[in-house]
Parts: sequence; C-alpha cells; structure tokens
Amino acid sequence: MLQTEISPEQIEQDKVYQEMGLNDEEYEMIKGILKRRPNFTETGIFSVMWSEHCSYKTSKALLRKFPTKGKNVLQGPGEGAGIIDIGDNQAVVFKVESHNHPSAVEPYQGAATGVGGIIRDIFSMGARPIASMNSLRFGNLTNERTKYLFTEVVAGIAGYGNCVGVPTVGGEVQFDDSYEENPLVNAMAIGLINHDEIQKGIAAGIGNTILYAGPPTGRDGIHGATFASDDLGEDAAKDRPAVQVGDPFMEKLLIEACLEVIHSDALVGMQDMGAAGLTSSASEMASKAGTGMEMNLDLVPQREQNMTAYEMMLSESQERMLLCVKRGRTKEIIEVFEKYGLKAVPVGEVIEEKVFRIKHHGEVVANIPVDSLAEDAPVYHLPSKEAAYFKEFQAMENKTPDVENHGGMLKKLLQQPTIASKEWVYDQYDSMVQTNTVYGPGSDAAVIRIKGIDKALAITTDCNSRYIYLDPETGGKIAVAEAARNIVCSGAKPIGLTDGLNFGNPTNPEIFWQMEKSVEGMSVACTALGTPVISGNVSLYNQSKGKSIFPTPVVGMVGLHESLEHVTPSFFQTAGDLVYVIGEANPEFGGSELQHIVNGRYEGKAPAIDLEVEAIRQKQLLEAIRSGVVESAHDVAEGGLAVALAESVFAGKGLGFTIGLSGDATVELFSETQSRFVVTVKEEKRAEFERLVEDAKLIGIVTAGNTLGVKVNEEDILNENVDELEKLWRGAIPCLLKSKA
Amino acid sequence: MKFAVIVFPGSNCDRDMYHAVKDVLGAEADLVWYQSSNLKEYDGILLPGGFSYGDYLRSGAVAATSDMMKQIKEQAKAGKPVLGVCNGFQILTESGLLPGALMRNKNLSFMCHQENLIVENNETLFTSGYEKGEVVKFPIAHGEGNYFCDEKTLNELKTNNQIVFTYQSNPNGSTHDIAGIVNKEGNVLGMMPHPERAVEKLLGSDDGLRLFQSVIQNWRNSYVTN
Repeated sequence: MLQTEISPEQIEQDKVYQEMGLNDEEYEMIKGILKRRPNFTETGIFSVMWSEHCSYKTSKALLRKFPTKGKNVLQGPGEGAGIIDIGDNQAVVFKVESHNHPSAVEPYQGAATGVGGIIRDIFSMGARPIASMNSLRFGNLTNERTKYLFTEVVAGIAGYGNCVGVPTVGGEVQFDDSYEENPLVNAMAIGLINHDEIQKGIAAGIGNTILYAGPPTGRDGIHGATFASDDLGEDAAKDRPAVQVGDPFMEKLLIEACLEVIHSDALVGMQDMGAAGLTSSASEMASKAGTGMEMNLDLVPQREQNMTAYEMMLSESQERMLLCVKRGRTKEIIEVFEKYGLKAVPVGEVIEEKVFRIKHHGEVVANIPVDSLAEDAPVYHLPSKEAAYFKEFQAMENKTPDVENHGGMLKKLLQQPTIASKEWVYDQYDSMVQTNTVYGPGSDAAVIRIKGIDKALAITTDCNSRYIYLDPETGGKIAVAEAARNIVCSGAKPIGLTDGLNFGNPTNPEIFWQMEKSVEGMSVACTALGTPVISGNVSLYNQSKGKSIFPTPVVGMVGLHESLEHVTPSFFQTAGDLVYVIGEANPEFGGSELQHIVNGRYEGKAPAIDLEVEAIRQKQLLEAIRSGVVESAHDVAEGGLAVALAESVFAGKGLGFTIGLSGDATVELFSETQSRFVVTVKEEKRAEFERLVEDAKLIGIVTAGNTLGVKVNEEDILNENVDELEKLWRGAIPCLLKSKA
Repeated sequence: MKFAVIVFPGSNCDRDMYHAVKDVLGAEADLVWYQSSNLKEYDGILLPGGFSYGDYLRSGAVAATSDMMKQIKEQAKAGKPVLGVCNGFQILTESGLLPGALMRNKNLSFMCHQENLIVENNETLFTSGYEKGEVVKFPIAHGEGNYFCDEKTLNELKTNNQIVFTYQSNPNGSTHDIAGIVNKEGNVLGMMPHPERAVEKLLGSDDGLRLFQSVIQNWRNSYVTN
C-alpha cells in the first residue's frame, strides 16, 4: 500500500508515479505544468485524469474521425451522454460504457456497477432512464471459470437493473475463446428528456456552491480508472479492491432526487462521480465552465476513518453526484435530497482563478491548473502496422465448407451459444418495468413506446468481432450496417449511435492498426447510413496472458418510429404470408459460424459490404414498412438464411414454412453475405411490396403446422420439425451451463 | 373512485400503476409518498411493485413496519379495497394483512415473462369481471415470488375461497400454484403477477384491465346501495 508520507522528491527519485500508471515523459510534463514536483495526491490526480479511461490519450486522434454532427444532434460527445432531438420538444439521451476489467475480477459487482454508472450518466443530463441494453463477450462455455463469469455478470446486471427500475430490454451475448480471461461487459442506457430540462456538467458562476450528494466516500474503487487502463495481469485478483460495490436502492433514490432537483432554478450543473470519482467530476465541471474550484475534503462525507486526500480524491464509491448550486440557494436543493433520505452537503465553491485547489486538515493538498487535467492530457499518435495475418487472409480464396447433411448442420448452428436463444439470460432481467416495452429481448431491436405520443424508439447493440478481426475496416462497416439493419427491421429510422470500443493493447502497432481501421470503417458507414456518433467509450488493454481479444467496437444504435403503426415484429405472423429474401447469397464464409464449426477457426476474408447497396435496401424496406405492406422483417446474420428463417418461426405461433431456393445449398442456406433481410408480406400486398423493394425475391410461404421445409434446386434439403429445432435452440445455453467441463 | 398509489423509497412500479389506473382507465389517482398521512381521503389503495428499501433485510419487511402500513391496516379494516402487487404482495404478507410468505423462486433466479393464470375465484371485488376458471395472461417479474404457507393455512385459504389466481404452469415453486390470494374479508388482494403491466394490447396483454374495472364497478355499486 502506498503511503501519503512519500515526498515529492521521493516520488521522482523512486519513480512512484509509474506504479500509478504515468510514464517518465508524462511525469516531466506534470512538472512543467506545476513548475514544481507534484506531491503524492497531485500525482494520483494526474494519473487518473490522464489515464486512457478519462483522457482518451491514445484514441482521441481516431475518435475525431467519427461523424458527430447532424441536424438533430443536440449534444455530441463530451458530456455525460449524447442527445438527439426526436420532435415534440423531446429528445433521447444515450451512451454505452464498458466495465470489462472490474467484471473480470469481480463479475457480479463489476457488471452491476457498470449498469449503475451508465444510468447515472443518463440522469445526470436531466433525463429519466427508460431502458438499458448490454453487449457481453465471454469465452466458450466449456470451463467452470467462464461459466462463473457468465452467470455472475448476468446476475449482476439483473440485480442492479431490476432494483433500480430501469428495464433491460435487450442486448447481445457472444462467445469466443479470445474473451476467455477478459470478458467484455458493455452497458448502454437510454433516457428521455424534454428539451428545456437538459442539464450540463458545469460549475459556472463565481461563488456558487459545490454540493456533494449521495452516500459517503469509502476506500472502494481507488484507482479504478487506472486499473481499467492497464493489462489484466495474472495477479489481477489482487486488484479486487479496485472494484466498486453497487447499491441499486441508493441509485433509485438518487434518480428520483436528481430528477426533482432539475426543476429548481437554483441548480447550475451536475455530474455523476464516475471513473476517477471526485477528481474527474469536479475538475471537468470547472474546466467546462472556464472556472476554477476550491474544495475542502474535511466536508466530504466519509464512510471510513482516517481517509487521506489521495484516497478521497481517487475513490470510486458508487451512487454519488456533484452539483453546482447558486450561492445562498443550497437549502432548497438539500431538502429535496433529504426527502429521499439522502445526504447533500456543501464541499466547495466555484472560484475565478482557474485552478483545482483541494484542502484537507487546513492545508492545501493539491493545487493544479484546472485545464491541465482535462484538456492538456497528452495525446499520442501511436504507430500503426498492418497485422501480419491480414495479407494472408486477404489472399485466401472464398471457399465453401463441405456440408453433407444440411439439416444436421442447421441443428448444430442453432446450438452454437452465439446463435442459440439467450432466454436463460434475459428472463432474469425485468424487461417490462415502466410499461413501455413493445418488443423486449429476443427481437432484432427492442422497441420502447413513448407514452403520450404516437412514437417509439428502437434500440440495438451489435458487433460481429470475428469479421473485424479478419478485416477491421470491412468489419467496422458491417457492425454499423448490421445495427442499422436491426433498427430498420423493427420499422424505425436509425438516428444515431454510441460506440463502445474494446481493443487490446494499443502500443502494439498491429492492435493500433485494428483500432484505426475499424474506426475508419465505422465512420464511413455512419456517414453512408446517416447515423452520427453522439457518445462513446474506449476500453483498451483487453488482453490476458499476452493474447489480445478480438477487436470489438460495439455499436449501440437508436432509431425512431414516427408512428406506432410502423412497429414491425421480427417473427412470422400468419400462415399464407409470402416469404421474401432481400439480397443474394455469395460464397462468403470468412468469420462465419459455419466456418468455425467445420474448420475450427476463423480465417479468410470477411464478407464484403457495399454501403450504397446497404443504404438503398434499408431505405426501401423502411418505406415498405411505413406503407403498411410488411408483416415481419428479420435480418440475415450469423448462421445465414437458414438460421434467420428458423428464428422467424420460434415464437410459439405454431407456424412453419416452405421455401424453394436455387444454387449451391450450403451457400444459399449458411452464407453470411451482408445486407440481406427475410420479409413476409400478405399475398394482396405482393405487387406493392415488389414495386417498393427492388432486390426482394419471393422464396416461399408461411405455413400452418410445425414443418420447416427448404428445397434447393427442387431437391428436399431441409425437412425439420420446428418444435424440435426450437427446443435445441432454447436449450443450448442452459445445457452448456449444466454440463461438467 | 380515487386511488392512492403508495410510493415507498425503492418502489419502482408506482408510475406504472398510476399510468394504468389514471391514463388507461381514466380513474382518479395520486402518487402518495409513504410519509403522507392523508390516506383516508382515498377510496382504494394500490401497493405497487419494486424493491422498497432495496429489499434489504427481507423483501417487504422494512416497509411493513412503516407508519404508512398502520394507515393502510386501518383503511383495510374499514373495508376499503387494497391491492398489493409483487413487492406490494410481499409487504402485505410481511405486515400480516395476508397469511403466508414469499420465498425465493425455486430456481433461485429472478424471472420476467408472461404467465398464464387461472381465475380461481371470481366472486371477489377484484375479479368479478372475470369468468371462473378463465385463463388470463399477466407478466411476472420477481425473484421472490414462491408463495409458502403451512398446511393449516392452506386449508383455510381453500375453505374460505381465498385463492384468487393460480399459475397454469407453476414458474416459481409456489405452494398449490398460488399466484394471488385475498384476506378472509375479501377486500385485500395480494398477487405476484402484474395486472398493471397488462392493460394495453400493444404491450402484450390487456387482461389486467378487468381487475381494475371490477374494483371500480364494485365501488360504484356499493356507493349506490349504501
């Protein structure tokens, strides 16, 4: 344990700053800024604020490539969360955030506090959180450790989300060996706000009071941001104290209190104490307002005795907020918090001098130019080098894996945990509280109606990291396009996205190349599909034992239904409906589920994507949905057309289908060619649908009964019992969890 | 008829309950903070779901000791309808207004999905709008909905016709498939499934509408005959 007695001289001499995650150059920069040696507390403050988690020092240059503007964007990246106008004086607020490293060492609390943190980002903007989503990655469910991580992460999300009363309406879970020791837990939250209630995290107005609200500060989560910005070492378990402990009951009270407080004109700004706790919230609020701040740590509520300034400034105790309140008006704000049994106490004030000054026991323990923490953090342009495997993969021919028994292969595919039903997961989430959930987990996109007006929101999280590993640029385009496809299938127009960038160690030039290329691919797709990036998060150093995770830039996308009548299910509805597929299948199996089953690895080229074609098809399908000619729409993704068709009848409606295709059976059924959709249409709407959607091809009909039949070139290739397939698909994950490794 | 929707710290289905009775049914309703003392102004009391006091100690246990519960007991004694849903049901058993207890689900996990319920008793003021034996679809969302009571209590529940709803396919291990019961007097109903989440077809079911309509109708009838 580091001791506060360590003098500035000793910090320099013994390079104590390195233990906190600062390198020699950064330490020299700090000396330059302060024109003296930093003391222990100051060194800690710089180290968390300049960590990747807070400063984006290695990713900033890349993030600038994202298109962040649009006519409806009210708030882009830089605040707690981004905001998009949806008309009627309302706006949607959303952001995704990672909690990977904490979840690797303490999965329940790591995941729980991930949910709590992202929800705070939403209500700190003044918005009521209306839904949560998540994007999870684990190793394959073949060893006890992975099963433990998976089970506990899900329990942590459920435990927090259910109690706090925000429905978990969807998400995605994928399994690959590369995540075995470094699972990914990305949580997204969505809020709804009236334009005139938007809050900002600013500490403006010289002399105004800084209020600390929420439970007292303890020693939990100290240096969490730094921990999150480093490799997950073999001794990661010793970092368990760096994981915070969540209290969803406290958060629920905090939500209600904060949403009441925003109606008071005494409030100037508020921000949650997230990563780097008091340090980041206070210094960022001052920096954004162009002011300074003076805080007295003796006034900060403390849960433990004899806490040092260093500990208090770096603690990541949960469910805490920092507010800037007009001078002399604190009483009315404090009373609101007291109604909910919460403490709110003045801890400092806004000052003119642009410094961040911390006092403790009557002494100044930190005195730092405020902008140096938030804005003067170093920006690195790291070297990038094309990954060695890439050329090799690009040189490989597209080869169709050998499949003899297509029915047997379909059964295998449906039981791959990435494809299999996630009911075991989402049944544990309260997906319906707040009574807005039209389509919850299990749909292409979740659909949340907005009470009082004829509108709904569609939400999805997507990222096929196998494609991104094979070809980061193409894979990045696909991640955005697939998310948009899911939104469009539900009948909504994509309006924007938040990105959760999860990568390995950026100082490895090949990893940095993956980052660079996938961000480029995503940016191009965002522009092509009209979805600005309004918020996001970067999580680096996701590796263990020297092996990097698959590059995983998660896309959390939101769409707007301009009428509830446009809301479209992803399941087949009625016998007799015509089945169409939009787009053709090519022999593309790089990164596919089939390739993994047959060859045991991912290799070759990722499926190609033409963003112009993608945009046209999405536009035409949406137009058809809005014209009322579409009964159901589902995108073709992992496992190809056969899986998409099968999933369309797994809804307990007693339906099957008869499909006729022509071409190579394996390609037609299992290829993961992009920009494809399965759509059903009523016979009488046939002509209108075909006029609206150029690339749609009639392939069959929805039938009553439980037979799934597919002919290819007039030959029976699939003739399966729907109930039997559904049982396999639903049972796969519970079965893997029960089986002994 | 004017409803009070009781809000404890940690209640999280309070706004849903309010929306159901006020916006969907068009009845009068207020959200009533647990520190209020004006409960007698209301004609019906709705105890919504959620995690009052974070479910700390035991779900419903802390709320059961509140001053608000004293008021609710008085109003229940006076014959006013009291409906407790989910955490509301847990509070009702913890406070002794209803017999039995709610334990952790048999599989030890929280569960959330639609369930089919059988209306066992349509002679209560909450269920007169249903047919006896009718199957209705309500969502459940709970971690501790496994209803338990001893043999003697179960026999009493049966004898007095206090079992109002049962699960068609028992999800949580409840004794006798019990999903909802009334007190002997018939004016206090506790149930784990959420009728307030089943008032709009758009969200999957509107089978819960008739529960609230029954309460309102019976209140009107009593008002006329009195």
